Amino acid sequence: MFAYIVRRIAQSFIVLLAVSLICFAIFQFMGDPVLTLAGRYATQAQQDQVRKTLGLDRPFYTQYFSFIANAIRGDFGLSYVTQVPVLRLIFERLPASIELAITAMFLSLFLGITLGVVSSLKPHSLGSRVIMTGSLFGISLPTFLVGILLILVLAVSLRALPPFGRGRVIKVIGNWRTGFVTIDGLRHLILPALTLGMYQLAVLLRLTRGGMLEALQEDYTRTAWAKGLSQRIVMFKHALRNVLIPVVTIAGLQMGELIAFSIVTESIFQWPGSGNLLLTSIYETDHPVIVAYVMITALIVLTINIFIDILYGILNPKISYD
Amino acid sequence: MIRRLLQSKLLSHYVRDLSAVVGSVILLIVLFGAIFAPLIAPQDPYDPKILSLQDSLTPPIWMKGGQAPFLLGADDQGRDILSTILYGCRTSFFVGSSVILIAGTIGVTVGLLAAFYSGILDAVTMRIADTFFSFSTTLMAMLLLGIFKGGGIPLVILAIVIADWVRYARTMRGSVLGVKEDDYIQAARACGGSNLRIMIRHILPNAIPPILVVAAVDFGAVVMLEATLSFLGVGVPINKPSLGMMISLGKNYIYAGKWWLIIFPGIALISIVLGINLLADWLREELNPRLGQRQQ
Repeated sequence: MFAYIVRRIAQSFIVLLAVSLICFAIFQFMGDPVLTLAGRYATQAQQDQVRKTLGLDRPFYTQYFSFIANAIRGDFGLSYVTQVPVLRLIFERLPASIELAITAMFLSLFLGITLGVVSSLKPHSLGSRVIMTGSLFGISLPTFLVGILLILVLAVSLRALPPFGRGRVIKVIGNWRTGFVTIDGLRHLILPALTLGMYQLAVLLRLTRGGMLEALQEDYTRTAWAKGLSQRIVMFKHALRNVLIPVVTIAGLQMGELIAFSIVTESIFQWPGSGNLLLTSIYETDHPVIVAYVMITALIVLTINIFIDILYGILNPKISYD
Repeated sequence: MIRRLLQSKLLSHYVRDLSAVVGSVILLIVLFGAIFAPLIAPQDPYDPKILSLQDSLTPPIWMKGGQAPFLLGADDQGRDILSTILYGCRTSFFVGSSVILIAGTIGVTVGLLAAFYSGILDAVTMRIADTFFSFSTTLMAMLLLGIFKGGGIPLVILAIVIADWVRYARTMRGSVLGVKEDDYIQAARACGGSNLRIMIRHILPNAIPPILVVAAVDFGAVVMLEATLSFLGVGVPINKPSLGMMISLGKNYIYAGKWWLIIFPGIALISIVLGINLLADWLREELNPRLGQRQQ
């Protein structure tokens, strides 16, 4: 197990290096930031000056190695546009993103698995059909449309919930301001979290239901029924436990999608998170921010994937990592 | 081939599967509208000569202030919503089918070669695939388009293909590994078939069914992705029709109560994706060998 984890971490490290190289190479050859920064009417001398100050006149490999050396120390350079250290810029906005992502993840896991189990109990009942139709819409609606429709109905027509922003936040420690503890903050969280979690909710629901229907036909479930165990024990201890393995895997694999969709969600709800920052940086060709965002995202996704693999081993004793 | 298809269970199951029929009917209606858009659309929404700002934000025809020919109303430029939707669906179908054809061909080839020759080729391509897979298609396409700005629809297709081919490669690899050691392959080899012949004539047809399901689901996903990218302003350029961009425009008028700018393009988008998803569900059940055995 230990050897496996070490190997996985080593692999992830190689992937990170590859990602950084690709990112760096792409930005090296595409879209000259000097033109953006020095302004369209800058003279050649002014442009050279800007290029020199930013170190963009050095050869590619020198720039890459100094980038890596700095990145390891947590220094991703200054944003071209705001001249603020990139990492600080991202970390300032990360808490908002994490709070949103965690709430959405929790919503989709909890509701997805619960509704999936409920609809597998009596698969042909009216309730199950309603749930399944709903889930079909859930996977057929792009995230941005879910968000817009929720705003249109709940915020504009019914005026039930606020359509944008984070509401009242309270400072916890350092940069961490949370919206979890004020009622206003929680009210602002509902629509974005629903938007972000909707697709995954539908996917997990369908997966759980499919798995449960299959598991309930298996011999071990029949044996459990025959032993006279209660429905609750059979459903949760025998059937659901086996179903959870693919569900957890898919939930983990979709972490990357969750981050991508959070960019869309944050843009719609003007959520002051890192996804919104990325989008602004893309519009403004702010390369250091984009590179740092991609690297941090890669780090998060790879770390979660390792954890999922370990969790997989705990959930399924048949798997051993040797 | 066609006779075999007609006699197969596939067709008789299809007719009995209500949701599959509903799905394909929805899809066909939208496809028809998209193909014949220049003939049925009341106006050409991208011809500046006929656009008039006086028609700006006209409500749908059944509401107060609605007027012909703006059946579903007009947007802020005075463009007819129905016409723009029809042209937008064209973009959706074009991008969707281009991507699944190109990414599918690349992915199937790579997956087939990797699984057939295994060894180093397999190891390298699958490591690359793993790396691609841990990032989301959406994020990758978004970044690619953010970097290579202003390339029009072909660039949107290219960006999605780059982010998406892995899905096909992995499915194909798994599928080929499943049939590679089957008896008929051994037999073909014993008869002296060349590697190329075995791959194309024997392995490919038997390994392809899972790819069909992936392609069907992926078509819906690509249509959603194109809409999302255009919504964010990194997709289709502004002088080209796109459902995502229409909704993004409508977002500016969301508090002004101009709901028709959002709802109608939204319905069109959902119809395409819902239609293909219903079909994909049926295809998946039909081609799933495990379910098939249980029914027999």
